[in-house]
Amino acid sequence: MANKISDETIEHVGILAKLELSGEEKEAAKADMERMLDYIDTLNELDTSEVEPMSHVFPVHNVFREDVVTNGDNQEQTLANAPLRKEDSFEVPKTIG
Amino acid sequence: MDLLHLTAAELGRKIKNREVAVTEAVKAALARAKELEPEINSYVTLDEAGALAQAEAVQERIDSGELRGPLAGVPAAIKDNLCMEGQLTTCSSKILSNFRPVFTAEAVKKLQKAGAVILGKTNMDEFAMGSTTETSYYGPTKNPHNLMHVPGGSSGGSCAAVAAQECWYALGSDTGGSIRQPSSFCGLVGLKPTYGTVSRFGLIAYGSSLDQIGPVAKDVSDCAVILEAIASHDAKDSTSVQRKDYDFTSALVCGVKGMKIGIPKDYMGEGLDPEVADAIWKAARVLEEQGAVIEEFDLSLVKYAIPAYYVIASAEASSNLERFDGVKYGYRTAEYDGLHNMYKKTRSEGFGAEVKRRIMLGSFVLSSGYYDAYYLKALRTKALIKQAFDRAFETYDLILGPAAPTTAPELGKSLQDPLKMYLGDIYTISVNLAGLPGMSVPVGRDSKGLPVGMQLIGNSFQEKTLIRAAYTYECATEKQYEVPAEVRIGARIAADRAGDLRGSGGQTGDAGSLASQAKTELPEVQPKSGREA
Repeated sequence: MANKISDETIEHVGILAKLELSGEEKEAAKADMERMLDYIDTLNELDTSEVEPMSHVFPVHNVFREDVVTNGDNQEQTLANAPLRKEDSFEVPKTIG
Repeated sequence: MDLLHLTAAELGRKIKNREVAVTEAVKAALARAKELEPEINSYVTLDEAGALAQAEAVQERIDSGELRGPLAGVPAAIKDNLCMEGQLTTCSSKILSNFRPVFTAEAVKKLQKAGAVILGKTNMDEFAMGSTTETSYYGPTKNPHNLMHVPGGSSGGSCAAVAAQECWYALGSDTGGSIRQPSSFCGLVGLKPTYGTVSRFGLIAYGSSLDQIGPVAKDVSDCAVILEAIASHDAKDSTSVQRKDYDFTSALVCGVKGMKIGIPKDYMGEGLDPEVADAIWKAARVLEEQGAVIEEFDLSLVKYAIPAYYVIASAEASSNLERFDGVKYGYRTAEYDGLHNMYKKTRSEGFGAEVKRRIMLGSFVLSSGYYDAYYLKALRTKALIKQAFDRAFETYDLILGPAAPTTAPELGKSLQDPLKMYLGDIYTISVNLAGLPGMSVPVGRDSKGLPVGMQLIGNSFQEKTLIRAAYTYECATEKQYEVPAEVRIGARIAADRAGDLRGSGGQTGDAGSLASQAKTELPEVQPKSGREA
């Protein structure tokens, strides 16, 4: 069963992934994904109806801690990596309006 | 005294006995690195000034009696996806090319507490996505055993640095084989611990349910010592596990009498290079002669591991890499028109082709309408694979097989066909899916002189079984295949004695002549950068 990735699908994936692809890159991406999905389809040979999806190998659940800040005030260090900084904030393009 | 040939533990002992000063060891490694780096490119960042400063500080702590451990004063290299406070940490990506973390990864902190001197950060496949270290933004790393070949990946820089004696050991990370495969290609001992054994705090995540940090070392003893230093339960990593045992060095004993070792039939059949197969069977016979019981068996589900892995790893990666958006740190595109445009341009310019490929596949398999068919299906497959291993370990103490189907491929040959490259991960991937410990041990060379490694796989939390078997193999073979690389640059084998380098008139002179030799005598190598989309 050959997977066909439509233009819309690649557009949609680009939005989800927040990636901007050129026309050429889109064609290459489509071809790549089709090939990989064809290969991934081999998983359909397996009967997994009796199995629960397993994310974590060990039965470790609900690992919580108290909601207390322990790595306090390193504002300057954190801002030091800012691509663009304005006083105590990261400067970004307008998000509202 | 020739220091570079020593193992980490041997150097540690000499430092402890005051036979060697920490600064002496650091200088030897730095000299070696400066000589070889133009060719090998193991390091993204070689921190000369920092290392020398650390050397003085560590020596004081040793002299005062504060530091008594086996790794005190021993210089090491750290894979560049492990955060170090104030130190450039790039994941070999353009998008983090200027990033200096505000904290240090827990595993590195533990090494620092033990008195390690960190020489620098090693090259890797971008964001750990790759098997050859060719997707790095900083150019490929070469295999010290043969500079026309890859070191493997994604911890290629860490492995090359140890094999070329540019450090005494290194840390790598392993999501689908990224410690074990390059260790095999470079003739080293590499260990991926049971999932949850080493804290992932500060490891820049690729596949969070699969990632583990582990040692890359010259021998099994070093591996055990390093693992003991870095393993811990950490409240800052909610997936970290509180183990009952951390005394891995107690397993450094010879003796596998009665140990039942299973070799999966599917691992030894079609697709496996005959020279690799030979070396693996030979190694199995060595263990058999030492009293182990070797048996072939059906592991089953082997061929489903790769598609399951790529769905899960890509899905987790697409989520983990969403944070690289040019807002708070790292690369931001120069010109943009609004927030979303900034996100897209930053990421499209900042990520390489392989990373983009996996992010897109991951986003797709997690998207509405496909989530069940792909992602949940893969997670169910993962459960089945774990069950298959559980069944195997009802009979066997250990599973033995190759670490990779071939020895190191040539540079520039792997990236054109990503799917083919993914198939090379066949033996290592399921170990990550099942969260089991796996170790790569050098067991031979092919006819080109390239190293072959065997992979030992243990049940969860059974690192000691792995260590004991591997140590027994070393005893029985007198570490025959744990030999440093003879780095051939042009017609000259790079001098690897600290004395030679210090004695000969000036490093720059030598490095210069080596570099020019390399340019005129080696045939042109066109490594694919892997960055073309």
